[in-house]
Amino acid sequence: MPLRTMYEKIWDAHIVNEPPGQPGLLYIDRHLIHEGTCPQAFAGLKAAGRKVRRPDLTFAVMDHSVPTITKDRFLPIVDPDAAGQFAALERNCKETGVRLFDMHSANQGIVHIIGPELGITQPGLTIVCGDSHTSTHGAFGALAFGIGTSEIEHVLATQCLSQFRSKTTNVVVTGKLHRGVTAKDIILAIIGKVGIAGGNGHVFEYGGEAIRALSMEGRMTICNMSIEGGARAGMVAPDETTFAYMEGRPFVPRGKDFQESVVRWKTLPSDKGAKFDMVVELDGHKLAPQITWGTNPGMVAPVTASVPAPESYADPDQQEGVTRALEYMGLKPGTKLVDVPVDRIFIGSCTNSRIDDLRVAARVVAGKHIAKNIKGALVVPGSRVVKAQAESEGLDKVFTAAGFEWRDAGCSMCIGMNYDVLPSGERCASTSNRNFEGRQGKGGRTHLVSPMMAAAAAIAGHFVDVRDLDVAAD
Amino acid sequence: MQAFTTHTGLVLALNRVNVDTDQMIPKQFLKGLTREGYGRVLFYDWRYLPGEKPNPDFELNFPRYKGSSILLAGANFGCGSSREHAPWGILDYGFHVVIAPSYADIFYNNCFKNGILPVTLPQEEVEELFKRTEHNIGYQLTVDLPAQTVSDAQGLKYAFEVDPFRKNCLLKGLDDIGLTLEHESDISAYERKTNPHVSQFAPVDMKSPQPQPK
Repeated sequence: MPLRTMYEKIWDAHIVNEPPGQPGLLYIDRHLIHEGTCPQAFAGLKAAGRKVRRPDLTFAVMDHSVPTITKDRFLPIVDPDAAGQFAALERNCKETGVRLFDMHSANQGIVHIIGPELGITQPGLTIVCGDSHTSTHGAFGALAFGIGTSEIEHVLATQCLSQFRSKTTNVVVTGKLHRGVTAKDIILAIIGKVGIAGGNGHVFEYGGEAIRALSMEGRMTICNMSIEGGARAGMVAPDETTFAYMEGRPFVPRGKDFQESVVRWKTLPSDKGAKFDMVVELDGHKLAPQITWGTNPGMVAPVTASVPAPESYADPDQQEGVTRALEYMGLKPGTKLVDVPVDRIFIGSCTNSRIDDLRVAARVVAGKHIAKNIKGALVVPGSRVVKAQAESEGLDKVFTAAGFEWRDAGCSMCIGMNYDVLPSGERCASTSNRNFEGRQGKGGRTHLVSPMMAAAAAIAGHFVDVRDLDVAAD
Repeated sequence: MQAFTTHTGLVLALNRVNVDTDQMIPKQFLKGLTREGYGRVLFYDWRYLPGEKPNPDFELNFPRYKGSSILLAGANFGCGSSREHAPWGILDYGFHVVIAPSYADIFYNNCFKNGILPVTLPQEEVEELFKRTEHNIGYQLTVDLPAQTVSDAQGLKYAFEVDPFRKNCLLKGLDDIGLTLEHESDISAYERKTNPHVSQFAPVDMKSPQPQPK
């Protein structure tokens, strides 16, 4: 047997057929859907007289447009378009037998939070969803990637996808992180290094001491943003941390079956000496907390840096891009990042809304209050399970006492499809994944940071180097 | 899906790199139930000023580009979100071809599913096309998929690569779900062999009675 990477092992195990010169037909083990991108797929299926092949392997949830104020979920949904999508999802699931976690379910949450939380996500599986942040699930050693609506329809009808093999990149993060430096800072630094197109055509497999030391939550944060580096999927080899996280979750095998599964999962990691198409290295020990200053996630710098000048770039396309970005962001070259004041705080999204994220943010704000210049600070747990856990630990009280709003689970201000929208011209320290123009709201200015950095910015009213704070990292 | 063979049309130059799908179709338009009608909102935030007044500084509103059907763009076109609303918008607006030095993976894939041909050309050739488009009002290109060439009336001719399988699907306008269903016996055999299933042990609440809001 030739030496294989984890990606190749999972690929090989899921190939239904692969005629020469054609894409492989890849079997899909778990298909996750949400209200935003699947209505047209169900409509297409119906129009062609086709059925959902495996409703038992398909899981639906409402997340993108759901209100995050609980009482609003009991009222008619104000936005008629969103209401239409919720009704369509409910109807489509009912007609086809797909399990739905609707907005009243105690398990509702962002699709990429609830998959792992319920144990739907498991090592060695192929997982797809009509959402680019499906890469999150790769943290368990699964092959997980985002697809378009036509592909959703394809998976509904056939439980397969036509796919070309990807190239592989081994992203090695060495060293031990300093206190105050987190998974979010690792992935932002990686994107800064490879660029937002650096991973196009590739699957990233993350490894090295710094990755091994991370919790599952941290690994999910890293895999989640693989797509922002252009890689359709990100993966971390499963290990004892993975198995410990999984055991006892509702959809995870129990007892002897679990032990057998672990034996199988242990064969997944890339063989020693398996060849990757590219290797990227990052020294975790040298890493500082990161902040994006521009309009894509690759426009990022350490908290100690200043806003760069367009002239500092050699490539004219980049110069133009940076000029445009600084104009949109309302930033002047040379301004220290710690001197940039913020208007709003958003702690949430499929990148950073898990219990670990909320705990660390709560430790930063405990006993303090948001600064006078902060116009609003939101904490949106990634799921109702996370929310309940946080409340049982009293974190909601810590946040509200500090002046934050404590909300119900959903995508919220990461994408602003409900009413959680960043007003034009306002600057937000956000734990989400995209700082594209208008992403959080037309004219809104997004700075991507870790939960610790966002919490600290809320208290100070501007960015601060969280390494200077006396707060335990975990 | 509509078949694609050759196309001749007016070229619109959108000389920017890293154009993301959030710009193509902003989030407020992702709440539809159909694949139609996204052309009107394509590049909405760039294209319109408050009150939906056309922004005269944005390329789609330049009178010279009215009726364009070939979109020429910078590298890493279509990065970000997987939303297929982006190619739906491009097609609905009237573009049948995109030409760029590179694309993000999901967007590239989504184009083929909708009968749009994304042509990849080297950076220098794309720059030459930008020059010609910007300097010649009414500049047109002919894109020939069977021959895999892009050419203009002045004798310029560039060859491009495209995967033979994707090319064939586009040329014939094939329904790829139909194609996959031809392998139904292989899919069933795979399922018998591997028995993909979910097990559930702890109760998972589907729709628990919720406490009434205070």
